[in-house]
Amino acid sequence: MATVDKIVAQMPKSLSKIEFSYCPGCHHGIVHRLIAEVIDELGIAGRTLMVAPVGCSVFAYNFFDLDGTVAAHGRAPAVATGMKRALPDRIVFTYQGDGDLASIGTAEIVHAANRGENITTIFINNAVYGMTGGQMAPTTLLGQKTTTSPYGREPKANGYPIRMSEMLSTLDGAAYIERTMVTTPQNVIKTKAAIKKAFQAQIKGLGFSMIEVLSTCPTNWGMTPIEAMKWLEENMTKTFPLGVFVDRTKGMI
Amino acid sequence: MKMLMKGTEAIAEAAIRAGCRLYFGYPITPQSELTEYMAKRMPEVNGVFLQSESEVATVNMLYGAACTGKRVMTSTSSPGFSLMQEGISYMAGAELPAVFINVMRGGPGLGDIQPSQSDYFQATKGGGHGDYRMIVLAPHTLQEAANIMGEAFDLAFKYRMLVTILVDGMIGQMMEPVELPEWKNIEEFKEPDWALTGAKDRKPRKVTSFDLDPYELEKMNLRYQATYKKVAENEVRYEEFKIADADIIVVAYGTMARIVKTVVDSARKEGIKVGLFRPITLWPFPYERLSEIVGNVKHILTVEMSYGQMLEDVKLGVNGKTDVEFYGRSAGVVPTPMEVLEAIKKIAR
Repeated sequence: MATVDKIVAQMPKSLSKIEFSYCPGCHHGIVHRLIAEVIDELGIAGRTLMVAPVGCSVFAYNFFDLDGTVAAHGRAPAVATGMKRALPDRIVFTYQGDGDLASIGTAEIVHAANRGENITTIFINNAVYGMTGGQMAPTTLLGQKTTTSPYGREPKANGYPIRMSEMLSTLDGAAYIERTMVTTPQNVIKTKAAIKKAFQAQIKGLGFSMIEVLSTCPTNWGMTPIEAMKWLEENMTKTFPLGVFVDRTKGMI
Repeated sequence: MKMLMKGTEAIAEAAIRAGCRLYFGYPITPQSELTEYMAKRMPEVNGVFLQSESEVATVNMLYGAACTGKRVMTSTSSPGFSLMQEGISYMAGAELPAVFINVMRGGPGLGDIQPSQSDYFQATKGGGHGDYRMIVLAPHTLQEAANIMGEAFDLAFKYRMLVTILVDGMIGQMMEPVELPEWKNIEEFKEPDWALTGAKDRKPRKVTSFDLDPYELEKMNLRYQATYKKVAENEVRYEEFKIADADIIVVAYGTMARIVKTVVDSARKEGIKVGLFRPITLWPFPYERLSEIVGNVKHILTVEMSYGQMLEDVKLGVNGKTDVEFYGRSAGVVPTPMEVLEAIKKIAR
């Protein structure tokens, strides 16, 4: 019988055994795994509380082996605020999509960031409402066709794609904000490092941290997973450039 | 020792003595003094005070804090209570205990800032979506309001339900001597076995109002209903004032009941036998007791600072056994004792 010398890859302990409900080619699964790996590596699973949103990741509270709840649409940062104020020594994170965070929940995310609320937000931006069937989101690109912008998003009627990371980085309460993507192994590694930094910022009590991950939605974009990755890299990154928008962690973590 | 206190302050101090150390709120007249009192007082007792960006955020902060199993509360007035309805529905579905103070003012819409009882429907019938209930307590003096705070938190935790203290701007703004309740020792509160505190050396816990499977969601709903039934069976509270020989029973709550007590005495001086039936729990409403006492009376008169909201519950309780009359003014106008006495005389004739 073969013996195991070294485990090089295994399921993160902070992920539950429940199967993901996500479509093929969707990036939620990758980001879930990265969060779980970071929580495992930081050894904080026993003191972490998560707040899932409304949207495709509404089930996220069950996909992690952590204490968790589901907030009303857009309200996760307020729920997380209540948890963190009640238990300041715990780690609290929200997981939110772009309809949730950048549309119905703008007030809650802006004020959580502005208070320097010591929580972490993982923000999945796929430029569309996924769960309700591909409607226009505040992050939908100009000209992008969705079920509620069937002729393409037109700025006179629908305004412009909203850049949340840039917006929130103007607030003094933000400790760390970065936008990443997970289209290549290299980008996956970068995203994991970013998520780790965001959690470390919270552990050090530095204030609000958010990682925005540009993600695909092949189902609602009407593309194959590979086409979707290509479309993301070629189009989304032009409107939503990758990078670190605020970093007050230097010398602190 | 009695202290001369404002209603909002007496309620706030009583809540702290009842073990509340987490307050979230947003300024709104006529209850902003409660928020201000908490801002000053919470740091003194190592508690948390947070002024939120909106009542929508407030109720969700309350949700998050309640998830940790601690005693949490907010206070607001009518338009703010409307904004909280979404979160109230979610909290009811997640079976989270919390205490809300609604210091009612005139509506609808922006309305005014004078005392009113126009949120009875919203509080007792469910202003948010779904089949849920919250326990609604209606004190009529500052002393009763102070006394009821501890009970409000105890009920919230006993049943994992939301409790609303429904008062009006009159009780919020008036001053009178109050004997504050005893301090509860927060060290003695047990952490509930459902609280989200981090899954250290135990299985993860989930607190939600959510299940996409209708049969599973139905099970959750049946559990809520079973709780509500238990509350309705065990927690009905009311006061009877001079009803034993009454020909006319006035049904009123809160400030209005206080005014009616004066009127009962005036009417009796004029030879009209009047009594007061005062529901203290507006939900669960004392239907049964009301049904028992109406047998011997000629008239029931419901008096409200609204155009007849509790009236519907009174009619359900009376169930056609006798006439149910109504007198009410709303929009921030408080009926005077003279007006109520006149309404009684009209019926007595």
